[in-house]
Amino acid sequence: MTWLRQNAREAIAALALVVLFAAYIAIHPRGFSTYVVTIWSNDGTLLGLAAIAQFFVVLVKGIDLSVGSVVALTNVVASFVLNGSPASIALGMVAVLAVGVACGLVNGIAVVYGRVQPIVTTLATGGMFSGIALLLRPTPGGSIDETMSDALTYAVAGIPVSAIVLVVVLVALLVLLRRTAVGLGLYGVGSSEQSAYMTGLRVNRLKLFAYASSGFIAALAGIYVSMVTLTGDPNIGPSYTLNSIAAVVLGGVALSGGVGSPIGAVIGALILKTISSLMFFSGLPPLAQPFFEGLILATAIALGALGVFRVRSRLELYR
Amino acid sequence: MADRYVELKSVSKSYGGVPALTKVDFRCEPGRVHAILGENGAGKSTLMKLLAGVIQPDSGTISIGGQTVRFSSPREAAEQGTVCMFQELSLMPHLSVGDNIVLAAPRTRMGLVERGVYREAREALDLVGASSIPLGARVSGLSLSERQLVEIAKAVFRKPKLLILDEATSALTSELVETVFGVLRMLKAQGVAILFISHRMHEVDAIADRISVFRNGRHIETFDVGARTTDQIVGLMIGRSLEELFPPRRPPVPDTTPAVLDVSDVSWQSQLVNVSLAARAGEIVGLGGLDAQGQQQIMHAVFGVLRGVTGRIELNGKRLNGLQPPRLKQSDIGLALVPEDRKTEGLIPSMSVALNMRLAALGRAPFGLLDLNGNSDARLRQLIERLALTYGSLEDPVATLSGGNQQKVVLAKWLVLSPKCLLLMDPTRGIDLGTKAQIYRLLTDLAAEGMAVILQSTDYEELIHLCDRVYVFYRGSVAKELKGDQLSADALIAASMNVHLHARAQMS
Repeated sequence: MTWLRQNAREAIAALALVVLFAAYIAIHPRGFSTYVVTIWSNDGTLLGLAAIAQFFVVLVKGIDLSVGSVVALTNVVASFVLNGSPASIALGMVAVLAVGVACGLVNGIAVVYGRVQPIVTTLATGGMFSGIALLLRPTPGGSIDETMSDALTYAVAGIPVSAIVLVVVLVALLVLLRRTAVGLGLYGVGSSEQSAYMTGLRVNRLKLFAYASSGFIAALAGIYVSMVTLTGDPNIGPSYTLNSIAAVVLGGVALSGGVGSPIGAVIGALILKTISSLMFFSGLPPLAQPFFEGLILATAIALGALGVFRVRSRLELYR
Repeated sequence: MADRYVELKSVSKSYGGVPALTKVDFRCEPGRVHAILGENGAGKSTLMKLLAGVIQPDSGTISIGGQTVRFSSPREAAEQGTVCMFQELSLMPHLSVGDNIVLAAPRTRMGLVERGVYREAREALDLVGASSIPLGARVSGLSLSERQLVEIAKAVFRKPKLLILDEATSALTSELVETVFGVLRMLKAQGVAILFISHRMHEVDAIADRISVFRNGRHIETFDVGARTTDQIVGLMIGRSLEELFPPRRPPVPDTTPAVLDVSDVSWQSQLVNVSLAARAGEIVGLGGLDAQGQQQIMHAVFGVLRGVTGRIELNGKRLNGLQPPRLKQSDIGLALVPEDRKTEGLIPSMSVALNMRLAALGRAPFGLLDLNGNSDARLRQLIERLALTYGSLEDPVATLSGGNQQKVVLAKWLVLSPKCLLLMDPTRGIDLGTKAQIYRLLTDLAAEGMAVILQSTDYEELIHLCDRVYVFYRGSVAKELKGDQLSADALIAASMNVHLHARAQMS
């Protein structure tokens, strides 16, 4: 029970996801099948990874408007290096991840040492990252190793590989966040930077680590995009940025920092994906779909904000 | 170990030109509890922050065991064995109790935090008498006293060589204080040097070996416990007699005068229980008690900040229940509240002095238009003079003023509305003596002009020498009302714990 109370936001989000997913399967012409679930899982994993990237920055009280740009840039880089011999693909992976971490570190350094607001920093760097992606590949193209793509985007024994990948990433992150001093420190810094400093935590290093982790996970998303689309596309950024923010909010991650988990972020992302897929098969006129998509999203967020009515001191509302 | 004393030589520190510590020489020894006494603003907190590495001295040296040290962060200080428990709690609210304690000094194996560390955290909690607090509980859900216990457990867990306690026991009941003192005596026997800051003289008497008095950023005197009487110590702390600080007593307001503010049977959550109190025109009514016993909440309840308040709140016969600040400040009601934290609730620090002063009056102007040269500005100028506000230009951001002058701006912004009832929450906290005396004089004058003043204060002297009557709060209700000759430090302290002693007598 205590667990439920402490994770109420995530539990509500998970419930909403189950309901939406059931509705989606119910109206999908092909019903519950490996094919449908695999497509859903692949799409969900893309946004899920972007949401985890956003989560790391939000955890330390930031907001990252460059998540999509990092996804786009790493996707473009991947389209150059993820082919050839297994060794060169492996090397390419390392290179793509390094690019992601570098992007995150640039953000982190500007925020931590430059003392620039995260929203402004990442707006600017986001522009730079997409700019580099455009310079590298003005139009979508490139080639990706197809064997690898197949292996990562199909299903094994009825379970989508993307879902397995996502679960592995989540488990690794949960161990990091809940069982290591660094992970707990990230929550500490996000919860109260001053208290964390007084406790003797290395606040600056921890924040840098959060931004670098965000870049790393965004690069994973970039790699996965290339697995799904088999190309590098410099223009995919914007939708990932905004949806990743919506996803973390839906998943119960507090924009004020220190609260939430990557699981919540992923659940939020899956909700968003399910809503848009639902719209696609809903039979609603295409022009009306964005309205209903927004309506469902607004309802979900409003449900999560019901806690406001429990606040007994109005002073709390303005803190 | 015996040579591990801490010594400050000629240490000075100032903030933006305002000196906080001036040429302080100070020394404390291992295996002793050393109490630091002084008023708010005497420099105690600055001294602690210097020792804990939060700030660095402008000049002078700090040495430990004869070796000069210079800590650039609390982390470095902690590595050298200096652990500080601050008044502003250093707990991370969204983390669990266990994580908060463990993070202070994490031990890891292959990157993972060792499970055994949590066992030690548990032991530390049990030791300080917090066995009822589960390791998994989130700090944000704990009460203030529980947080203090966690904070103490966290400090003990780090195995300090110099332990600094800054008002560490202010929210604890006397039983818990006794448990904590037991731990301190144990640490003392192990050779830990302990610096103890508290406003409660009886606690200092109970635990300290030596006392140092600070005043206006200077180290005044150090002596063994028992070498001075309490009166002498108070004299050293304030540097002048109480008569100079407080204006002469006013004649008592007759009991037949009808009440301006009438609060009856007010309850809220579990934090206010059937509170009834009244304030007549011309009275200064004090609200006292230990920290967080409901004194603050009743102020918020009256000022319409709290939701779900039951009971009756009336001002001059007008029912106030359900009304919120924008309505309460209108002239037909005339209520004003000077909040506890002037930086976040009283002022908008980046806005100019002039704008801050006009802020409360904004809602009163017709159509919200600013009446820049009208009556209100003339009144403001009078108030500035009356308050003896010291400022560079009225267009400077209010944050550039000293604490005392900032508080005067908060007072001015409400007084310009000529309220009928003025609620003040600890208005002299962290303010220098000169300004304190001015504020006391002002409050006395306002009462003499017929305002009903309600003064919530953590300063016993204020309650005794300024107030006509004092309501002492305990666990959300009024434990006792003291007036006239009953108003003494002993009576206040007794009343603050009265109910509690009674309860213990019942239990045994």
